[in-house]
Amino acid sequence: MRRLVAAVLMLVVVSMVTFAIFFLVPRLAGATPEDLASRYAGRTADQQQIRELTEKLGFYDPLYVQYGRFAKGLVLGADYSTGPTTEHCPAPCFGYSFITHNPVWPDLVDRMQVTLSLALGAAVIWLVGGVAVGVLSALRRGTVFDRVAMATALAGVSLPIFFTGLLSLSVFSYTLHWFPPGGSFTPFTENPATWAYDLTLPWITLAFLYAAGYARLTRAGMLETMNEDFIRTARAKGLPERTVVVTHGLRATMTPVLTLFGLDLGLLLGGAVLTESTYSLPGIGKYAIDAVTNNDLPKVLGVTMLGACFIIVANLIVDVLYAVTDPRVRLG
Amino acid sequence: MRRKGLLAAGIALALVTSGCGAVDPADGTDSVANGGVGKVHNPSDTKGGTLRMANSGDWYSLDPGDTYYGYSWDFVRFYGRALVMFDTQPGEAGTKLVPDLAETLGVPSDGAKTWTYKLKAGVKFEDGTPVTSKDVKYAVERSLDKKTFPSGPTYFGDVLDTQGYTSPYQDSDPEKLGLKAIETPDERTVVFKLKVPFSAFDYLAMQPATIPVPRAKDTGTKYKEHPVSTGPYKFETNELGKRFTLVRNDNWSAANDPHRKALPDRIEVSLNVSADDIDARLLSGDLDIDVANTGVQAATQGKVLADPAQKKYTDSAALPRLWYTHLSTSVAPFDNIHCRKAVLLAADHDSYLRAYGGDAGGEIATSIMPPQVPGAPKNDPYSFKAKKNGDVEAAKKELAECGKPGGFETNMSYRTERPKEKALAEAMQQSLGKVGIKLTLKGYPQGDYFKLYAGKPDFVKQEGLGLLAGGWQADWVDGFGFLQQIVDSRVIRATGGNNNLGVALPKVDALLDQALLETDTAKRNDLWGQIDRTVMDEALILPGVWAKVLLYRPAHLKNIYVNEGLGGYYDFVQIGVK
Amino acid sequence: MTFLDVRDLHVHFPTDDGVVKAVDGLSFTVHRGRTLGIVGESGSGKSVTSLSVMGLHRRSAVRLSGEVLLDGTELLHADPEEVRRLRGRTMAMIFQDPLSAMHPLYTVGRQIVEAYRVHNPVSRKAARAHAIDLLARVGIPHPAKRVDDYPHQFSGGMRQRAMIAMALANDPQLLIADEPTTALDVTVQAQILDLIRDLQEEFHTAVVLITHDLGVVAEIADDILVMYAGRAVEYGAAETVFRKPEHPYTWGLLGSMPRLDRAVRDRLQPIKGTPPSLIRVPPGCAFHPRCPYNGRGGIPCATEVPSGTIACHLPHPERVRLAPTL
Ligand SMILES: Nc1ncnc2c1ncn2[C@@H]1O[C@H](COP(=O)(O)OP(=O)(O)OP(=O)(O)O)[C@@H](O)[C@H]1O
Ligand code: SF4
Ligand SMILES: [Mg+2]
Repeated sequence: MRRLVAAVLMLVVVSMVTFAIFFLVPRLAGATPEDLASRYAGRTADQQQIRELTEKLGFYDPLYVQYGRFAKGLVLGADYSTGPTTEHCPAPCFGYSFITHNPVWPDLVDRMQVTLSLALGAAVIWLVGGVAVGVLSALRRGTVFDRVAMATALAGVSLPIFFTGLLSLSVFSYTLHWFPPGGSFTPFTENPATWAYDLTLPWITLAFLYAAGYARLTRAGMLETMNEDFIRTARAKGLPERTVVVTHGLRATMTPVLTLFGLDLGLLLGGAVLTESTYSLPGIGKYAIDAVTNNDLPKVLGVTMLGACFIIVANLIVDVLYAVTDPRVRLG
Repeated sequence: MRRKGLLAAGIALALVTSGCGAVDPADGTDSVANGGVGKVHNPSDTKGGTLRMANSGDWYSLDPGDTYYGYSWDFVRFYGRALVMFDTQPGEAGTKLVPDLAETLGVPSDGAKTWTYKLKAGVKFEDGTPVTSKDVKYAVERSLDKKTFPSGPTYFGDVLDTQGYTSPYQDSDPEKLGLKAIETPDERTVVFKLKVPFSAFDYLAMQPATIPVPRAKDTGTKYKEHPVSTGPYKFETNELGKRFTLVRNDNWSAANDPHRKALPDRIEVSLNVSADDIDARLLSGDLDIDVANTGVQAATQGKVLADPAQKKYTDSAALPRLWYTHLSTSVAPFDNIHCRKAVLLAADHDSYLRAYGGDAGGEIATSIMPPQVPGAPKNDPYSFKAKKNGDVEAAKKELAECGKPGGFETNMSYRTERPKEKALAEAMQQSLGKVGIKLTLKGYPQGDYFKLYAGKPDFVKQEGLGLLAGGWQADWVDGFGFLQQIVDSRVIRATGGNNNLGVALPKVDALLDQALLETDTAKRNDLWGQIDRTVMDEALILPGVWAKVLLYRPAHLKNIYVNEGLGGYYDFVQIGVK
Repeated sequence: MTFLDVRDLHVHFPTDDGVVKAVDGLSFTVHRGRTLGIVGESGSGKSVTSLSVMGLHRRSAVRLSGEVLLDGTELLHADPEEVRRLRGRTMAMIFQDPLSAMHPLYTVGRQIVEAYRVHNPVSRKAARAHAIDLLARVGIPHPAKRVDDYPHQFSGGMRQRAMIAMALANDPQLLIADEPTTALDVTVQAQILDLIRDLQEEFHTAVVLITHDLGVVAEIADDILVMYAGRAVEYGAAETVFRKPEHPYTWGLLGSMPRLDRAVRDRLQPIKGTPPSLIRVPPGCAFHPRCPYNGRGGIPCATEVPSGTIACHLPHPERVRLAPTL
């Protein structure tokens, strides 16, 4: 419970800090309200037009009023003029883009399914793959398998996504035509098979990056665990080797792995930025990149908030998970 | 930078591993480099198929009243018909305006202050409703509302006699047609009343703001989600920020639209596709057109140009853009024309071009207006091309006449974040150094370059910025679009934010006024040429590079060419895929 | 009746520095219902011996030779799967540090259940009842409640009891206890030893009790094997070894052992120096660099010692003469 309250407080602080970053810092750096607004105006807009726009966007108000409006929008929703009518941005109103003229939240919800699909799919692959390789490597320490696996893992962690991503697209999509080109995404609810097929390359690429780290972590953990006394005890009981490795060795190794997994996943849900942009997948990360390139402050703010939420929630879950997976840790 | 390098390596490797042979060379056509420049490549009238396009960014707005990007003005013609349009022809013909929604080009009266257009009969919206003059008026009215539509240009608000009219959404008129400056005497006649003579008004009538909008369907900022079509295609789906598709509009008739071939049955546009992915897909034939027209990425460019098998699918398209250096008369000794001429003569034009990417980046400019702009001088008064590394002797002669035979010292400004501009400044430093002109380079942040630094007269004078590096791109290919913002002294504001960095010549101002009154196109174009030559004679601008962009045209595309009027874009409405 | 028969056991570990001869020619036997105490300093090869019997060495990392006969079945070179099936059922082992020897993330009950079910196809429920039974038998109060506790929730003595319960899950006929009381305080030590003895009497189990504390085995062992540098230096009935030790190393061990029932005698002294490297074991009697009687038998002690129950060059009478009377 205390953790929950702390998490909510964290969110409030995060919203203030993000707000300050986007609206206070530019002002401190010398930008006038008109400068902020002029980003939303055409090339030949004159001073008068920019002033009007600034007023419409509310950039003249003191910052606390602007934050208040933003916070109020989160809780109660807000109204925005579309010209002939006004549009209601229902709570939670994460902001309203004046460039694309739509509330940010539905966009985020819409993008979420892509990021969720990408992250969860990749997560399953990298967790299973990384851990399996890590375990095998640890058990066959020093063998050719171990060496090859660890070299590949090193490549995995050090090769950037846009490299492996472009390479995979070029080879498997544009040359061999085994997989669809970048930008392909089918909602799971529409057709699960196509969903998986479209996401195969991004999944593997993203999973490769992470699996590498998990393989290394698992291998190191297993090497340590398999030397523990309780493993010897397990063998002494006459347990089959597979049970010894999986039920006893792996189980003890999984706590740090799962902790990392929770955090990684939380971070990824805030947007798999590089993977999404490399494969042009319309997820949260791509949304963030596009918002930044288009200087669309409300969107950037919304994504930042969402990302922060995921990280905070992931932390909370990891704490709980930790307590669940390790009886020696008590929930406070 | 590091990321770029890795990217380049990534692509190079990707191309190597894909065997470079993604495009089937056996397409049966004789593709050649620049095959789509000046002529139609693979002419065809075959209908059918899907045109696949991608944009590396979002589409700022599909609302005809809120667009500014060149690619939007090109693309909007799929679903909207403005009063006039650039002719859909390759080469010079494409820079001429032809009537689209109107029967003829605008008919001026009252000394070019009144412009009348008569709409063609039988043009309908996608729902079958006939287009009337009121729809055109309403469309222009709403485009004036910069609170709702801040992204579009402001030309109509500047030239129309609006009498304080701001927006149809604030309009007390029941039909929301309260703007006095546009009259609709009958269903098919639109009359524009200007507050000043504007002979080039047809270029405004060409802008998407005149594409009719039915008031009943106007949803303000939401209209972009489904603009009501008058063109050959209408929106089928539109997922903001992701993709949209167009399908044939059955209520469009080729009979009253001679300028659109409308060959594909369907158009698919993906948004926010990574630029590298776009290149890879273009090269592999999985994509037809890169909408944004920014050209292939640097890494792809090098690769494609080096490979004859790929080079034949490229077009080097001329943009209405000039990279230039301004000479500040407010900074001595540039108050003396001979010292200015010395700079023009001493400059190394070849290194200027190399700073901007060499042949792929453009060509050496010899005047302000690039040759595709009607009326451009097309002469080389200072022999830039003949003496492309600079004419040291002639420059020294001018220096002597200026009273500075040993040279002088001055400063040159450039935008810090632009490596090309910095390279140019360094090239200038070197070439001017040969005649004793010592340049000190000063970089300023690009965000405020015009507002606080190079575009602010006091600052230029105070800091002694004799040379100002800059560039200009016209909104459309004509003398007014190209010159007015950079040579009319009356647009210079003391508070900064100027595009005109200090060209103030009474003769030029007078010629501009004269041109704005001249409704005869040929004569007017001649006046633009005179203005250009006058500025060149006064040596106020050192033109550097007429910019070009390297476009990639996948082998299977038909009926494709660069439309020079649109400013170096492929003419989207003519492309076929069968 | 001989239940465990170890003959000429050699356990060598090839390492980067050389071959570690952890056990080098060890033989002993244990009968049903009897207890063998193995004593020796740290590093003398006691644990390695017991792990060899249990078949817990990684075969790829060790060179084994000799014979280990369990109830007549040779284990050292047997099919690992066969040995596995004997482990935990016919022979079981109790380890020194019960905290690290139990899995920290599973309940005590689950670990006992697992030990039982791997050899007995019974339901989880039946196994659980058996586990509670076992916990009760080893003297854990409220076993039905404690069965769901995790090892860290147990005290040290209780953990060792739980370990014993786990080892007893399948009523083993051989129980190897490797320093089962080292980590415990004196009162608890005694309780645990009593427990082992009681259980042994009840089930007629053969027990190997490993310790470096002669005092511990004195109480409980029937036979004593004194190990030094991987070899037996003295082997015999507990009574004999304890009352009339004949090997100088055993004398040392006894001397280094605090005893309340005996006055300190001048001739008794703790062993000086440190045990030898097992890579370069001193030739002949491995103890000779530390032995105060080195050479006293008239034969250079660096020469091969005759095999027998007491590995020393000193002639028997001399040993008897020199031996401390206890
Ligand atoms: N796997 C192995 N590889 C190399 N050497 C080993 C290995 N296992 C044991 N040894 C060595 O064998 C020797 C005997 O070890 P062992 O554990 O049997 O001693 P111990 O008599 O049980 O001592 P303690 O009283 O400390 O438990 C030690 O020197 C040890 O370093
Ligand atoms: S053989 Fe020699 S050195 Fe070894 S114990 Fe006997 S007397 Fe001591
Ligand atoms: Mg030991």
